[in-house]
Amino acid sequence: MKRKDVEVYEDILKSNVAAAAEVRRRFREQGVLVVNLLSSPGAGKTTLLERLIDRLPPPARLAVIEGDIETERDAERIRAKGVPAWQIQTGGACHLEAKMIGRLLGELPSDLDFLFIENVGNLVCPAAFDLGESLRVVLLSVPEGDDKPKKYPKAFLTAQALVLSKADLVGLLPFDPERARGEALEINPSLAVFRVSALTGEGLDDLVAYLHLARAGLAAEDGRHA
Amino acid sequence: MHEMSLIAGLFEILEEKAREHKARSVTAVRLRVGTLSGAVPELLETAFDMYKKGTLAEKAALVTIAVPVKVRCRACGSEFEVDDYVFHCQFCGAADLEILSGTDLLVESIELETEDETPA
Repeated sequence: MKRKDVEVYEDILKSNVAAAAEVRRRFREQGVLVVNLLSSPGAGKTTLLERLIDRLPPPARLAVIEGDIETERDAERIRAKGVPAWQIQTGGACHLEAKMIGRLLGELPSDLDFLFIENVGNLVCPAAFDLGESLRVVLLSVPEGDDKPKKYPKAFLTAQALVLSKADLVGLLPFDPERARGEALEINPSLAVFRVSALTGEGLDDLVAYLHLARAGLAAEDGRHA
Repeated sequence: MHEMSLIAGLFEILEEKAREHKARSVTAVRLRVGTLSGAVPELLETAFDMYKKGTLAEKAALVTIAVPVKVRCRACGSEFEVDDYVFHCQFCGAADLEILSGTDLLVESIELETEDETPA
């Protein structure tokens, strides 16, 4: 018996990275903006999606993938709005992985403009897994507190946009939007920050404009590579 | 707790390397754990010990090496370790930093047990 040391220097997420690259390539080719929504449970991801659906009416073509540990509830809420939705039940896993999205590729319509993926409610684990999205949006709701970015830095570091949700509660709860924004920007200076209320509609138009811009950017990027 | 999923990825690499080197078992694993990898070293070690039973790495110990977040400023070229997750240049204040290390989980090296080569 012999023992030998072998240098490896490989990322243990490499199979997820490869699966994510495949998902990204496929949707970019088709001009679909894939948005991965991350937040704690109850920050308002599904409600935000319902409001975004209202503001992205046909001819915009939308689909939604819902990630939850159990139940089909969120997908049903989206279908009730007339948008096709796929529910991934992770059966205990605290996050989605790119392979789970990859398995749905054959079922999803190819003529989409936006594909929203609502990750499992959790600010920790989903941050480590690239799903092949072009845009990662993290939500932080007012009741959670303005001190969360530094507690869960990876979610804020890896996102391109931050939605401060339930903004209608600012003033009713001890939440300083400027502190939340400032802390998030220390971690990620290029983060686009939106103050949004799904109840009053505050900030939704800006967020929708940002999504359209991001989708247009996708096409521009393809042009450069072509 | 997503450490179990991460360890499953680690085992894919261990099996691949063992095959490549015709090894019968893995006896040690050194893993570099970035401060911003999103994983906790102690939980990785626990997950590894649970996962390894009945596998080629049953006797192996997982050694984790903490890797701080290092960046390079694209404006002034300074390299430094990020403190308190503030991603602004400590020297010129610019916000355009390239992350050099500390965000990933890298298998640095492994120790393999191979059969003695039998003379032909």
